[in-house]
Amino acid sequence: MGQFIFRRTLYAIATLFILSLTIFTVVRLTGDPVTLMAEPGAQEADLELVRAEWGLNQPLPVQYAAFVKNIITGKLGQSFNYEMPVSTLYFQRLPNSLELALAATLISFVIGIPAGIISAVRVNSAWDHVGKTIALLGLSVPGFWLGLVMILVFSVWLEWLPTSGQGGWRNLVMPAVALGWYFAASLLRLTRSSMLEVLRSEYIKLARLKGLPAFAVIALHAFKNALIPVLTLAGINLVVMLNAAVIIEVIFAWPGIGRLLYEGIFQRDFPLVQGVVMEAGIMIVLINLLVDVLYAYIDPRIRLTR
Amino acid sequence: MSVTTLQPIRAFNRRRIVRDLPFLPLAILVPFVLIAVFANVIAPYDPTEPIPGAKIFEPPFWSSGGSVHTLLGTDFQSRDVLSRLIFGARVSLIVGVMGTIVAGSIGTTLGMLAGYIGGWVDQLIMRVTDAWLALPAIVFAIFLATMVGPSMWNIVIILGCVYWTRYARVIRGEVLSLREREFVKLAEIAGASRTRIIMRHILPNVMNSTMVLASLTIGVVIIAEASLSFLGVGVPPPEPAWGSMLADGRSMLMVGDWWLTIFPGLGILLVVLATQLFGDWLRIRLDPQQRNL
Repeated sequence: MGQFIFRRTLYAIATLFILSLTIFTVVRLTGDPVTLMAEPGAQEADLELVRAEWGLNQPLPVQYAAFVKNIITGKLGQSFNYEMPVSTLYFQRLPNSLELALAATLISFVIGIPAGIISAVRVNSAWDHVGKTIALLGLSVPGFWLGLVMILVFSVWLEWLPTSGQGGWRNLVMPAVALGWYFAASLLRLTRSSMLEVLRSEYIKLARLKGLPAFAVIALHAFKNALIPVLTLAGINLVVMLNAAVIIEVIFAWPGIGRLLYEGIFQRDFPLVQGVVMEAGIMIVLINLLVDVLYAYIDPRIRLTR
Repeated sequence: MSVTTLQPIRAFNRRRIVRDLPFLPLAILVPFVLIAVFANVIAPYDPTEPIPGAKIFEPPFWSSGGSVHTLLGTDFQSRDVLSRLIFGARVSLIVGVMGTIVAGSIGTTLGMLAGYIGGWVDQLIMRVTDAWLALPAIVFAIFLATMVGPSMWNIVIILGCVYWTRYARVIRGEVLSLREREFVKLAEIAGASRTRIIMRHILPNVMNSTMVLASLTIGVVIIAEASLSFLGVGVPPPEPAWGSMLADGRSMLMVGDWWLTIFPGLGILLVVLATQLFGDWLRIRLDPQQRNL
């Protein structure tokens, strides 16, 4: 187990190293980074200050060291629009994104899991086709367009829900559905295939043979085991939603991390853009590491084979 | 001699292929491609120029205040929404297909190299794949687009660079087992070079998977392009892209100018739906083991 954790941690560090190197390279490939890092229209003296802060007058390896130092000290650079370290801004917005992501996760559970179970239990029935249709639409209907259509229907035409902003549950419903939509479809597909696999197993046959009612077999025996991969996916989805809800947050003026990134783009605040992207990467790598380790802890086969 | 004996089988297969063709996806995709290719012939107006004499925000022709000259209404510069949709199909088609080709080429090449050569090459490629997978694709694409600057061909390259990771993983896995097969071993014993083995023996055997992945990537790339254009870091104005049309229409949503939001979104929805259905069909055709899933 110790060896497994050690190896996975090394992988995670390698991943973060490559990620930081990628971001570092992209910023430098696309022109003079000073013009990206400094405020538009900055004086030559200010440009010199930025060069010194990021070590841009130094050779590339030294620059990279300065870049990594900025990440490790947890500042991720200074946003020149907010005049604050990017990491401070990121963690200020995190609770808002978390609220939205949790609501979206709830929506994806409510749609995805029951529909997935019914599809698996009644394979090739009408219910299964309904489930397949939902899964297909989840992939094909862009979440942000669904958001716009909901605004049109529920805010403009019916005047039931507020169009944007943060507040009570009424503000949360539409962004949560728009964000959770895609993830509902992916949960549905995974629940279905995971249930199908479990339902084929020997112990389910045994449970049926010993005369348990169908509901008990499905709810107590099958669902409990099919749940493990589903919960894992939901956990990873939650972290992705925290960081990737850019358009949904823009459409509903939700003050989360995605909107922070968008503001960074529009105010040409490159340290902010770069910092938010790096922070998102760090968070996801760490969560993936945690999931791997937890899996190995629960299921010894994983730590022995891989 | 073999040609003549094979003919009956071929004829049979051709008939079967026609019978099994997925009609719904093709009924959407064929017109979509034709519209995109012949956009300049079909579109009634120039998509980037205001129509002389037309009002801004005219509704579609069947609504009150609409005009039969602008069937689907006009936008905030009194440009024809229908013409912009038609030319927008061209942008979606080019970005969707070319972005998928770039992603598929990068991913398949790296996957074959990682799987066949193994060792540190494999380690390096897979660690890069992991690192690029760590970022949500859309965040990575936004980051690249912000740095590189908006243009349609930049978006093609960017989306290709973002979506290759899945190919690399799948293809590497396949090559790991292909590498142990006898025809590869025999080619190695016969002294074929690595390049020759990869090109002649590995590549033809992973093409099926690449095609299936490609059919499923196109829709994802089309939505990603629309997302980038919506955020203003994709295809730059005045070029008509469905994503930027949605962004233009957003400000008029509050007053109920629905046609600016509904039509471009329906375009994306139909095309992506069709590519997904086509991808499912292709997967089942090319990989019989998947038929029961």
